[in-house]
Amino acid sequence: MIVDIVLQIVKIIVIFAVILTCVAYLTLMERRCLGFFQVRLGPNRVGPWGLFQPIADGLKLFFKEDMTVLHANKFYFILAPVISFVAVLSCFAVVPFAGNAYIIDIPVAVLYLMAISSMGVYGVLLAGWSSNNKYSAMGGYRATAQMISYEIPLALALVGVLILSGSMSIVDIVNSQNGMWYIVKQPLGFIIFLICILAETNRCPFDLYECENELVAGYQTCYSSMKFGLFYIGEYAHIFLACCLITLFYLGGWNGPVLPALAWFFIKVFFCAFCFIWIRATYPRVRYDQLMNLSWKVVLPLAFLNLIVTAVIKVMF
Amino acid sequence: MIKALIVGLWTTLRHFFSRSVTLEYPEQKWTPPDRFRGRHIHLTNEERKPLCVACGLCEKVCPSGCITIESEKNPDGPGKVVTDYRINYLRCCFCGLCVEVCPKNAIVMGHEYELASEDKESLIMNLDQLLDKRMKSENQ
Repeated sequence: MIVDIVLQIVKIIVIFAVILTCVAYLTLMERRCLGFFQVRLGPNRVGPWGLFQPIADGLKLFFKEDMTVLHANKFYFILAPVISFVAVLSCFAVVPFAGNAYIIDIPVAVLYLMAISSMGVYGVLLAGWSSNNKYSAMGGYRATAQMISYEIPLALALVGVLILSGSMSIVDIVNSQNGMWYIVKQPLGFIIFLICILAETNRCPFDLYECENELVAGYQTCYSSMKFGLFYIGEYAHIFLACCLITLFYLGGWNGPVLPALAWFFIKVFFCAFCFIWIRATYPRVRYDQLMNLSWKVVLPLAFLNLIVTAVIKVMF
Repeated sequence: MIKALIVGLWTTLRHFFSRSVTLEYPEQKWTPPDRFRGRHIHLTNEERKPLCVACGLCEKVCPSGCITIESEKNPDGPGKVVTDYRINYLRCCFCGLCVEVCPKNAIVMGHEYELASEDKESLIMNLDQLLDKRMKSENQ
């Protein structure tokens, strides 16, 4: 019993260390790749190829002055970054990295994911509201509207996958993709999922709630030091989570020839991350009304269509 | 619309694999164009004497007032010889008016641009520092 608990805790610590390292290097990867996309080099001064840059960034954040703005609601102001950080990291509890490298495999993993990842929006909303600042508030409101609008088609796209696999456990979903990835069976669902997850993770072209040129970083305007750092880690952890989910639900998870399962998983995840960065480097930000129109008038009906067609085909054959 | 999205992705991907235009400065140096206005150079004649006749036109025309000329009467002939010529690079705006106005073409704008320094004194340069180290400049 005790041994089990200790083992589980060790497992949690190891997996979270791996996740946080990946997240740190995701920031470096993003900066270097964006550099290459813009025909420049990106950060390459700290250590070989800039590999120590995330450490330098982290140290810098620690030594920055920790400010709480005068008219902020102190409790929520401090609570907000914690919520967005914890909400994302708790999602990783059910994300399997390989056949047996996961913290827990619960039969309602997908439901758990949807529920916990939606909590993240509270962090953003509370941050925007408690900062007592109109730009932050605008960012917070936009975040709420955007999250609600895109969570529905996201869930509907996922239901297509659930119908095909017949299970809500992520390990089962991955195992049911042996031989045929769901990106082949669910192309429309995949595109819907991709659009929605871009909006959920607050990535370009849907980064409306922190757009630095109209809202001066939106809900993060009043944050500094490690409180900002927590938002930042949370955001990149969310991107990492999104890449993991795309890999698990549509790209066959850790399945692949020759290489070990873990290697395949990380190759796929970082390929997804590269695509995220590629999309960021390519598309301009959409306008707020375009964002809402896209969600309710295009993506949502398509998600319903995808769901109905999948269900009909599953029943017929 | 979908075609445009794909064309956009293709364009950025091409740039991803193209050569970076970044100049890694301390290791790689920039070559300024011919007419670049960097630190001044005082030209000399065959006897390595400055061409400057200390007429003081550059001192007058300088909008920042950063030129100071010290001179004495020429011991072996007519006119004056320059004994010191200081340019205060803390104030110089590199407009090049001193070069334009010089009747003897004794001063030209050089190509040196690395003029950062840790103390102010070293940026007030005297005649010795400004003199052309070569016999004759190609700019003449």
